[in-house]
Amino acid sequence: MTGQVEALVRARGLRKSYGDFEAVAGIDLEVWKGEAFGFLGPNGAGKSSTMRMIGAVSPVSGGELRILGMDPATDGPAIRARLGVCPQDDTLDTELSVRENLTVYGRYFGLSRAECRERADELLEFVALTEKAKVKVDELSGGMKRRLTIARSLVSKPDLLLLDEPTTGLDPQARHLLWDKLFRLKQQGVTLIITTHYMDEAEQLCDRLVVMDGGLIAAEGSPAELIRDYSTREVTELRFGPEVMFADHDALAGKVADLAQRIEVLPDRLLLYTDDGERAVAAVHERGLEPAAVLVRRSTLEDVFLRLTGRTLVD
Amino acid sequence: MTAVAIENGQRQFDYWLTVYKRTWKGSLVSSFLLPLLYLAAMGIGLGSFVDANGTGSLGGISYLQFIAPGLLASTALQIAVGESTYPVMSGLKWQKFYYSMIATPLRPADVMYGQLAFIAFRVASTCAVFLAVIAAFGGLRSPLGLLGLPVALLVGMAASAPVCAIATTLKNDSGFAMIFRFGVIPAFLFSGAFFPVSQLPDWIEWLAYVSPLWHAVELSRDLSLNTVEFWPALGSLAYLAAWFLVGTWFAVRGLTKRLIS
Repeated sequence: MTGQVEALVRARGLRKSYGDFEAVAGIDLEVWKGEAFGFLGPNGAGKSSTMRMIGAVSPVSGGELRILGMDPATDGPAIRARLGVCPQDDTLDTELSVRENLTVYGRYFGLSRAECRERADELLEFVALTEKAKVKVDELSGGMKRRLTIARSLVSKPDLLLLDEPTTGLDPQARHLLWDKLFRLKQQGVTLIITTHYMDEAEQLCDRLVVMDGGLIAAEGSPAELIRDYSTREVTELRFGPEVMFADHDALAGKVADLAQRIEVLPDRLLLYTDDGERAVAAVHERGLEPAAVLVRRSTLEDVFLRLTGRTLVD
Repeated sequence: MTAVAIENGQRQFDYWLTVYKRTWKGSLVSSFLLPLLYLAAMGIGLGSFVDANGTGSLGGISYLQFIAPGLLASTALQIAVGESTYPVMSGLKWQKFYYSMIATPLRPADVMYGQLAFIAFRVASTCAVFLAVIAAFGGLRSPLGLLGLPVALLVGMAASAPVCAIATTLKNDSGFAMIFRFGVIPAFLFSGAFFPVSQLPDWIEWLAYVSPLWHAVELSRDLSLNTVEFWPALGSLAYLAAWFLVGTWFAVRGLTKRLIS
């Protein structure tokens, strides 16, 4: 070790293949202590494969990977001892009580029974499940199960917490409650790695993120940097009445193309990417066009995401 | 390496204890009632009929004493196979508790050893109760018959390990019906528990010798009748141990392949 701060996760040319299929096709990345790092990408982009390699439960097919300064091929158990993992599917034991799920899990890390009990009570408090301590997991709602899974991943006081699509399938209340908990963890200095395909989640939680597509990193940066680099400051959305059909959209787009840095034609509206949305609206009106509805908004990560990964559905 | 495996085994103890606490009542009834019914129906019902016609061909002992040690070994096998099928599938597919276990310092091998240790406990505890009932019914001729318990445990594990290995390779539970239909039931019927396998046509007789259960039934009965011969007994023990060890190797390999991909 040199005096320099070492990254908690460091990948160089990291690859993962299953037979002929290359899920991760050579990525470089670093995750630093205390940051919240996100993997954003459509289904099949290689996020979960990367997470499983970082979780030291999936052998690396090529390239280099160091986790907490160790090699997952030889130090898997030592790495996993310092990780907390919140998997995409709940793997809670549904027939055990809420509290037993935590105490039993702590034992796998070699904690004493007394430590397990103490941690379980703290964590139930943290995820607001104290009242459910004796209830069987079967009886919990989806959001409660996720919170319990997160509590379980924290039982060993991990240095690095891996969250694979933590809020998929939850209702808005449950998502916000969960974000709140994750934000508090971040404040306590826990390093988070999150995969998600929710842009609002990435904007809320991540200091830095990579957009993955087809097993490669398409872009990297903070949410603000990505918006600056891959989109414009504002987006003007023009909706025309039902009498204007899709075919006419292309013709309309031709008439306003010079008003924006980039223009996108969708079945129901035109998107004008520009730094000054209001000026674009004024110019549209000057040309005698009368859209039925106009919306000027800030660019979001979703604009970046769709630009980088396309609008085509990948299954 | 061994020290780590033992340490990691102990770390799973609380988990398996909670599993046991929630399942012991149900499993007691199912794993205990059936052999008891066999004992009553065959040993006493059919037995009184057999005994009335003379048991010279069985060596002059009562039919109950003839079948009881074999029933003990067969019970061990059936419990062991049952515990090696659906519970293993649950760890992989339904509850997925194996996946949550290997996200910790535990390795797939540790997880399989833990599973096998729990199965061993289930087999040993159920068979101990069953053996006590057999003894109370007068099913043992010699106190040596109590050594049928370790034999039952050994045959249970000799069957459990390879079945666990198969379970780790299955995508769903439909394969288990085949294991029961074409493995457990024929092994049970032709194990020599109910009649000497020398009564069978030669080719089936040879199949019986291949089955680990026949070895356990013979050993268990010889112990109860105090007719153990050293070398055949040693051979049977080695054969059962080989099933267990080879099975365990495949089970660890199968679970590792399934979990680490």
